[in-house]
Amino acid sequence: MYQLRTYRSFVSYIDRSREYYAAQDYVKPYEWPHYDGVPFTPLKKQLTECRVGLVTTAGKPKPPGVVAAMLTQRELYAEPANPPPQRLFTDDLSWDKKATHTEDVDSFMPVNRLSEYAAAGRIGSASARFYGVPTDYSQGRTLERYAPQILEWCREDGLDAVLLSAL
Amino acid sequence: MSLVARYLEENGMSTVIMGSARDIVEECGVARLIFTDFPLGNPCGKPWDVVMQRSIVGMALDLLERAWMPRTTIQTPFRWDNDAWRENFMRVDESNREALAREGNVRRQFQADMKKGR
Repeated sequence: MYQLRTYRSFVSYIDRSREYYAAQDYVKPYEWPHYDGVPFTPLKKQLTECRVGLVTTAGKPKPPGVVAAMLTQRELYAEPANPPPQRLFTDDLSWDKKATHTEDVDSFMPVNRLSEYAAAGRIGSASARFYGVPTDYSQGRTLERYAPQILEWCREDGLDAVLLSAL
Repeated sequence: MSLVARYLEENGMSTVIMGSARDIVEECGVARLIFTDFPLGNPCGKPWDVVMQRSIVGMALDLLERAWMPRTTIQTPFRWDNDAWRENFMRVDESNREALAREGNVRRQFQADMKKGR
């Protein structure tokens, strides 16, 4: 389909969320991280020999009936990828709850799809665990606490590459 | 999530972000991004659409092998069923402006009460 447009097609979530929270009378807009330089690590071996892992922003499944205050507790975790999780907790995250749903874990963390690629020999293997990282208002906590722990788990599990998906 | 990916890259681990919030990820700056222009929630493909999910993950794996420099973004070819979500998500207009202001006040009061341990 060809069209002429006077506007950008992609939603700018930086613009949209700033205007949304301003309408809620939050005075100070959220400041998003911006870097000029970007680190880059090429694969060190053939993909068919690599072990690949997954990181999600979704939380571990919660038992029903947990009080509202408990629901706000987001945690850093590593969980077995086999058997794959049937559900993950996403109610407390900001995603488009009117347009879609998160009942299929592979729509936001491709745990089954990755194992299929391992079985087919496209990658060496899929990690035995996947990792959950909380989305945090504090960039300091993400950089000083969460990221080093995720790296440590990646090393423990012998990973060569990681797919990270944020809801 | 972009900050975690950057940290992993700095420490010798190759990464791909799979996401739908293109501006947030690209402003931060990451090594590799597979962007699917969907409403937030399904960055790895539509729910229960195994063929689409396999295709998107396949593109992420291709990108791991083929990207030769950082800030490489690939947009997948998939489209959502309609475009209504683009306008509706976090929409602010005259119909909800007062309600949003009230919600903000309620949330601030709740957070203040939590801090005081009430």
